[in-house]
Amino acid sequence: MRRIRRSADLARRYDLAILGAGPASMAAAAEASALGLDVLVVDENAAPGGQIYRGITTTPMTNRAVLGEAYWQGLDLVRAFEACGADYAPGAKAFSLLPAGEEPGRSMEIELGVSLAGEARPLAVRDVLVAPGALERPFPIPGWTLPGVLTAGAAQIALKASGAVPGGRAVIAGSGPLLLLVAAQLRAAGAEIAAILDTTPRANWRKAAAHAAAFLRSPYLAKGLKLLLDSRGGPRVIRGVTALRAEGEDHVRAVAWQRGAREGRMECDLLLLHQGVVPNTAVTNAIGCAHDWDPVQLCWVPRRDEWLCTSVPGISVAGDGGGIAGAESAAESGRLAALGAAARLGALTEAERDRRAAPVRMALERHGRGRRFLDLLYRPARQFRVPEAPETIVCRCEEVTAGQIRDAVAKGAIGPNQLKVFLRCGMGPCQGRLCNLTVTEMVAAQRGVTPSEVGTYRARPPFKPVTVGELASLPQTNAAVKAVVR
Amino acid sequence: MLTEPDITVVGGGLVGSAIAFGLARRGARVLVLDEGDRALRASRANFALIWVQSKGLGMPQYSAWSKGSSEAWSELAALLRETTGVDVALQQPGGFALCLSEGEMEKRISATRRLQAQPGAPQFPYEVLDHEGTRRVLPQIGRDVAGSIYCPLDGHVNSLRLFRALHLAMDALGVGYRPECPVDRIEPHEGGFRLSGAWGEVRSARVVLSAGLGNARLAPMVGLHAPVRPSKGQVIVTEKVAPFLRHPMNTIRQTDEGGVMMGDSQEDLGFDTAVTNPVISVMADRAVRTFPLLRDANVVRTWSALRVMSPDGFPIYEQSASHPGAFVATCHSGVTLAAAHALTLAPHIHDGALPEALACFDSGRLHVPKAA
Amino acid sequence: MFQRLPEATQDPVCFTIDGRGAVARRGDSVAVALLAAGVDACRTTPASGAARGPYCLMGVCFECLVVIDGVGNRQGCLIAVEDGMRVETQRGARRLGGERPA
Repeated sequence: MRRIRRSADLARRYDLAILGAGPASMAAAAEASALGLDVLVVDENAAPGGQIYRGITTTPMTNRAVLGEAYWQGLDLVRAFEACGADYAPGAKAFSLLPAGEEPGRSMEIELGVSLAGEARPLAVRDVLVAPGALERPFPIPGWTLPGVLTAGAAQIALKASGAVPGGRAVIAGSGPLLLLVAAQLRAAGAEIAAILDTTPRANWRKAAAHAAAFLRSPYLAKGLKLLLDSRGGPRVIRGVTALRAEGEDHVRAVAWQRGAREGRMECDLLLLHQGVVPNTAVTNAIGCAHDWDPVQLCWVPRRDEWLCTSVPGISVAGDGGGIAGAESAAESGRLAALGAAARLGALTEAERDRRAAPVRMALERHGRGRRFLDLLYRPARQFRVPEAPETIVCRCEEVTAGQIRDAVAKGAIGPNQLKVFLRCGMGPCQGRLCNLTVTEMVAAQRGVTPSEVGTYRARPPFKPVTVGELASLPQTNAAVKAVVR
Repeated sequence: MLTEPDITVVGGGLVGSAIAFGLARRGARVLVLDEGDRALRASRANFALIWVQSKGLGMPQYSAWSKGSSEAWSELAALLRETTGVDVALQQPGGFALCLSEGEMEKRISATRRLQAQPGAPQFPYEVLDHEGTRRVLPQIGRDVAGSIYCPLDGHVNSLRLFRALHLAMDALGVGYRPECPVDRIEPHEGGFRLSGAWGEVRSARVVLSAGLGNARLAPMVGLHAPVRPSKGQVIVTEKVAPFLRHPMNTIRQTDEGGVMMGDSQEDLGFDTAVTNPVISVMADRAVRTFPLLRDANVVRTWSALRVMSPDGFPIYEQSASHPGAFVATCHSGVTLAAAHALTLAPHIHDGALPEALACFDSGRLHVPKAA
Repeated sequence: MFQRLPEATQDPVCFTIDGRGAVARRGDSVAVALLAAGVDACRTTPASGAARGPYCLMGVCFECLVVIDGVGNRQGCLIAVEDGMRVETQRGARRLGGERPA
């Protein structure tokens, strides 16, 4: 693996560009470069691992009992990645992608815009694998924008990357296996968690029970039992929470909750929120890939064929960015995508591709068992996806509230793009990453239609901000000059 | 729900909503039929300029029309604030066309002189400034700025808030608004018109076509001619920064929210709306040469949209001769002309005839080869 | 409020927060360095002046915007803290033009 630190060291062309450096990316890079493809891995973080294996090469938490064996398993993938023949550009941003085509201004190859150390360059690539992973589902409750309110994932990052843990009085609230995992890891590290407020709807147990058999046969069972056991004798756990509010002026001071008719309140210095993770569709959306609404996972998922190719030729997606399935599935799907790309690019015959893919598909099926149980059990309650209190901020960047959105919908703004124009929601620096699901579900609920019919914000490049100066340094053409200087 | 409106306006963009608002103020019962959330909407994607200084070369009446609208804009802004409480942040401090070479200066000065030399063209004030003169008003300009043309009639507005205000104003005046109703057919029916689509149908005594690029298809159905085509423009938008630029330039402006917008480009690529780096680069490069402090600003979004362009670039306003009661209204300056549309054009439509003064905007001109 | 575990206190990096001296660990992002130094709020919003602090720590939420060595609107969670770095609260919208050239 060749580490690229300067824009000038990037090759002008690659066979396969992989966006992200988590398990899917690392597995894909190793597979693809072993098959002879010229591979470039582009990732914004300084070290490989993505989020799930964040900091795995640099963490101070070397006592393996704290982060757990599932985390440390990631080292094998990292070692294989480091040993492979790919180019790796850490601290680099992919900011634009123009698919290949015959229209004027397009070429036979995909144009990928990459920014590294303050310099932007277009690269010609034949195939792109987008492996952006997941991000936390938004958790819009009154007060969620107060300093001192973070995601459970953030606390995990602070622990993994820097050995920093909550001090003072910390409360974790929400639902999902990651919630328990984070609580267990923090306790193992010696942090005090005052309480866990569990918002898993009681009714979910019944719905999930139909799939319990598959869960019992799955790899999740061992992990899950261990987590449940670990959490005994630990922080106070309050189940069946139906409403939450973070209180405070310039900082969170307390969390208040409801369990049906009963109320509770606890002072805290830190509130960690989590209600599952969802695919990070910012890049696939901006490229123009088609997405479908997954009614079980309650999120957008890029539409893909059996080789994980999206609706845009040459663009495929692997890992949690294509649908939440966990780290082991991510690695296998990275391998599958790499095999598909290798055949497309002529490095493998289709027969050979299919032969190599067979065990990968079996592994994917094995890792997929038990997911449905988890998806149904931890499906977040509607009131935490469609906030009721009108003062709840929905778009954090532009400070647009649930009440403002409801008003605008009532007055004829029928979808997220009209709402964006009327209220500016989705126009801030995060470009809708933290509000798009809430807005889509709010509009669907209010209009009595499905999220699928409502759609989502139209995303555009740059995928992450780049400076005006960087854009100004990209190559220009005579036609472009004529289009501007008139 | 409005079942038999006096007038149905097809298209709820800046043109349609301004006209609908103006009609409703005259007491008409108006219905607006609009498309869905993902429609091509020039109304959501424009540079928000109220611009006079370069309008009308080739049609002096267009210069007068733009000037008149610019002068009526404060009345529109006040009306919208009264009716809806929304402040559209109208700013008319004058605007600059900045030039990055002597060649560009000469071209622009010549065009402005020729514009005002046309018979019947309004004589609006403007100043030609060299680098130093420009720097006195805009201290942050870069060395490469050769000079500028300043016109006190130019300005800008928060066009997204304008769009919202027009929709709220329509609602306040009882205009029926039906989204997700794209019109497939318009037919004469019992002295009026029947408009239909997959969503059903509406019958209306009169109809106004303000459907942007959709006008090309709809106009012939009622004996009108609106040969508009898409003209692609790309725009760069930065993060919010502290205010530093009060005046709009024709290619750079800072919004009242703080973001800086940079343009402007023109390409004939059909309905393609991809953002393309070479064009973005040229615009970004010129912006940095104009205001070097923009070099380090973070771009949060680039987008492209389609102007609604007639063959000569001028509006088409016309009542159908074969189907009286059917009107078309189309232009590519829906922000500048919003005041004219709401306060002048709409009342004419309500009264049932467009005046002689607007005859120059008839589509008939497009059949006649232009005089040399 | 975050604190540093004993296994993570080697390899210190000295930087300043709004002029006050602070110590971080090499490899910390600026955002985590702030949190570990007891600073939970790093900016005020341009829209309303509300106090905000890091939320996701993975580059998605843009809440951790801070001024670093005079340049505003930097995502603190994506930048490694360095010796001598000057980190300041981002108050409202970033100011262009007053910053040192990049």
